[in-house]
Amino acid sequence: MSYLAKPKFHHPALEANSLGFTHRDYEGSISTLCAGCGHDSISAAIIHACYELAIPPHRVAKLSGIGCSSKTPTYFLGQSHGFNTVHGRMPSVLTGANLANRELIYLGVSGDGDSASIGFGQFAHAIRRGVNMVYIVENNGVYGLTKGQFSATADKGSKSKKGVVNSDSPIDMVAIAIQLGATYVARSFSGDKAQLVPLIKAAFEHQGAAFIDCISPCVAFNNHEGSTKSFDHVRAHNAALNELDFMTARAPITADYEPGRSEIIKLHDGTSIRLRKLDARHDVTDRGAALAAIHEHQGKGEIVTGLLYVEEDPQDMHMGLGTIDKPLNQLGEADLCPGSAVLERINAALR
Amino acid sequence: MPISGVNDFVIRFANVNGSGSASANQLFARSIIRMGVPVSPRNIFPSNIQGLPTWYEVRVNGEGHLGARGGTDMLVAMNPQTWKQDVAGIEPGGYLFYDSSRPVPKSEFRDDITVIGMPLTEICNARYKEPRLRQLFKNIIYVGALAALLDIDLKEAEGLIAAQFKGKEKLVTPNVEALRAGFEYAKAHFQCPLGIRVARSDAVGDAVFIEGNDAAALGAVYGGASVCAWYPITPSTSLAESFMAYCKRLRTDKATGKNNYAIVQAEDELASIGMVIGAAWNGARAFTTTSGPGISLMQEFLGLAYFSEIPAVIFNVQRGGPSTGIPTRTQQSDLLACAFASHGDTKHVMLIPEDPHEAFEFGALSFDLADRLQTPVFVMLDLDIGANHRLCKPFRWDETRRLDRGKVLDFAALESGRQFGRYLDVDGDGIAYRTYPGTHPTRGAYFNRGTTKDSFAKYSEEGPDYIENMERLMRKFDTAKTLVPAAVIENSPRKTPLGVIFYGSTSPAMHEAAGQLADDGVHLNLMRVRGFPFGREIADFIDAHERVFIVEQNRDAQLRTLILVELGADPARLSPILHYDGNPITARFIRAAIGAAVRSPARGGKVKVTS
Repeated sequence: MSYLAKPKFHHPALEANSLGFTHRDYEGSISTLCAGCGHDSISAAIIHACYELAIPPHRVAKLSGIGCSSKTPTYFLGQSHGFNTVHGRMPSVLTGANLANRELIYLGVSGDGDSASIGFGQFAHAIRRGVNMVYIVENNGVYGLTKGQFSATADKGSKSKKGVVNSDSPIDMVAIAIQLGATYVARSFSGDKAQLVPLIKAAFEHQGAAFIDCISPCVAFNNHEGSTKSFDHVRAHNAALNELDFMTARAPITADYEPGRSEIIKLHDGTSIRLRKLDARHDVTDRGAALAAIHEHQGKGEIVTGLLYVEEDPQDMHMGLGTIDKPLNQLGEADLCPGSAVLERINAALR
Repeated sequence: MPISGVNDFVIRFANVNGSGSASANQLFARSIIRMGVPVSPRNIFPSNIQGLPTWYEVRVNGEGHLGARGGTDMLVAMNPQTWKQDVAGIEPGGYLFYDSSRPVPKSEFRDDITVIGMPLTEICNARYKEPRLRQLFKNIIYVGALAALLDIDLKEAEGLIAAQFKGKEKLVTPNVEALRAGFEYAKAHFQCPLGIRVARSDAVGDAVFIEGNDAAALGAVYGGASVCAWYPITPSTSLAESFMAYCKRLRTDKATGKNNYAIVQAEDELASIGMVIGAAWNGARAFTTTSGPGISLMQEFLGLAYFSEIPAVIFNVQRGGPSTGIPTRTQQSDLLACAFASHGDTKHVMLIPEDPHEAFEFGALSFDLADRLQTPVFVMLDLDIGANHRLCKPFRWDETRRLDRGKVLDFAALESGRQFGRYLDVDGDGIAYRTYPGTHPTRGAYFNRGTTKDSFAKYSEEGPDYIENMERLMRKFDTAKTLVPAAVIENSPRKTPLGVIFYGSTSPAMHEAAGQLADDGVHLNLMRVRGFPFGREIADFIDAHERVFIVEQNRDAQLRTLILVELGADPARLSPILHYDGNPITARFIRAAIGAAVRSPARGGKVKVTS
């Protein structure tokens, strides 16, 4: 429910990006989520990332499924077309939208119920098709809109607010995404904006299936003791592998790092990410190492965060399909309709 | 008495699937067409790839009746598994052609039929060493023998073989030789021709011979579809595959070799309709192709597309029933499932083609209607039209025709400062203007969602906003009535109080039955429904008759229900004539059923006739 438009006035000294847009131009309506909801922090991070990247807001198509997380696209990028689809089916709608116009930027926002339960299949298939998108799961381990049922990412042994202990194994979205062939996989925490914003920026620049699992505590139903998705628990068990600096050609990062502690990842469009390695052993271009790191930390009860895996030269769906560079939705009659002479030849061959 | 007749018989081939019989049988049918004599072949096949019985029935009819006739005048028995039922199904006085390589006890035959035994296996074993060649050429050899027995011009079959293997000339000679071997053997050993035979005619004209699925796919190409997302399901699969083949040929960008289209085989029907909706929201013409069970899976998305007003084209090649049972048989039993698909108050546009010609026409038209009406449009084929070759009028395309992309505001329109309300009825026809994502930096963006919105796409749960939207959708549906193809009415030369309503693949059988019934003294005015929502002419037709038969291929009289619900017609005047055993409806059935109903005073009730 968001019928409140945000007032448009802002401080005259608010800084504008290279497009002349201020931070405010990337906002949406006022959030109607619970005060303190982790999802609002993720919306803020998305706004921040888009502002810093100077993305024209109207060139983003934002899509979501159903649930608290899926309501959030209303709260950012008010000048973007948005599509609130049906529960668990955002990935197919996003895939279709991308088929129609490969030039837009696709942002899919989903939740753990939306993507790990009802929409697990669609999540998997959009990832394995290599749809060029940023897919963010706002993961709180719980169904918020229906008041506190476990989702499929809830850890085994974690306790619901009503005291029920979850006996099912959790689905680890990042491990699944890596196995399915996602070419950019990260995990972050809605309470760590410094880590999350550059991860989102790099995901936007990545020309392939970019997946971010963002732990986002539910203040209403999953922030109590015994929960493994609460602010306190995540802060206490966060094992960050690295920190990112996203670099564009215009804004090189000049900070010096300890030798062996930094790594440059070149992206397709010439931009690059500089990683400050917190765990010197982790090689983000090694799929197997990423899976091993996830399992190792999980075994210790830790939540591994940061950029887990990236493929420097990703394939996207259109490459596999061999589609023309021009968006299909811009093709006209001459491109689409073969005309009457061709039809006469077809008729002749059918006699 | 042996059956005799020129250009008027039904021949049935009993084969084992996977044996290569399909192309030989089609060669047989096409050879007759090349002689100017209309035929209508039908595949009767199980849900299986190899080893199970499959039948191919060819009706030869010089008058151009293309509906299934029922009964078999000649059987080509190539499958011992089904021998008993196949032989029992031959009409008295009919003909049995079989492989006599192994002796068959006399008790396995009938006294009232003509038996023609040809040692096909022996001949093949003598001619070919390789087992696969023995099997493939056996089929060609029997086609040659049938040409002799039925007086089919061998030159036509040879011409077809030459055309089929153009570019692979090596294959032409052995095929032609096998054909001639069969022909010569029959000439030498049997009395040729039989009582039933083919005589050259000019009844085919410029007709084309094509499957409805193939024609619908071509219609989608001409209609400008650029995105296809689909999931394999019998009998719709060949539609997507045809679209692929046509696109490869007609839509490859000459300069770059890249594709002016995208086809995705989705993980299920939910994903395929989801992709169609995403692509259509984003301004591409998109479709999916499926059958009944797929429609069931798409229900939730269809509701979203209806309420958020997204053009989507769904080809539904109808079949009988759910997962197992008669999925490879034909029915018209998804009418209600499509008309009212999904949750909430929904109604959908349907187009119902009678043959491949209309499958092409409606295939192309569906995209204009979907864009114009901003709503899902169903093209309702069925297995009988979709998966069988049918002679039909050639396809035509008017060069001046333009794709109707409907009400879309582009950059210039938005820049001009024109008011934009995504769900605002500016023109009074219930159709609002839409924008594609990414059009303008500051204008035209909106949030697409279900029903919780006002005319400007702002979130609203207010009752009046909901009602306003729902009433506009009804106005839009009224507009649709003026856009879907009108029903086709053919009045009897005699004044009559009796009318018949029918649709889709029932058409050829109905026309044939109407002629027979006229001979019986039962005169009928005919109306073929071609779309939903119903135009005015349908209510007028019902009003103009005392009694109207509604002939359908389903159990529940679905079109009748739709007419009762939508038009408030008097149920007592609408008599259902229902055929739903999975086989295509026949003129024989309709003639008997309507004949019995006319003689019976009871009205509105069901008439039971077995086919």
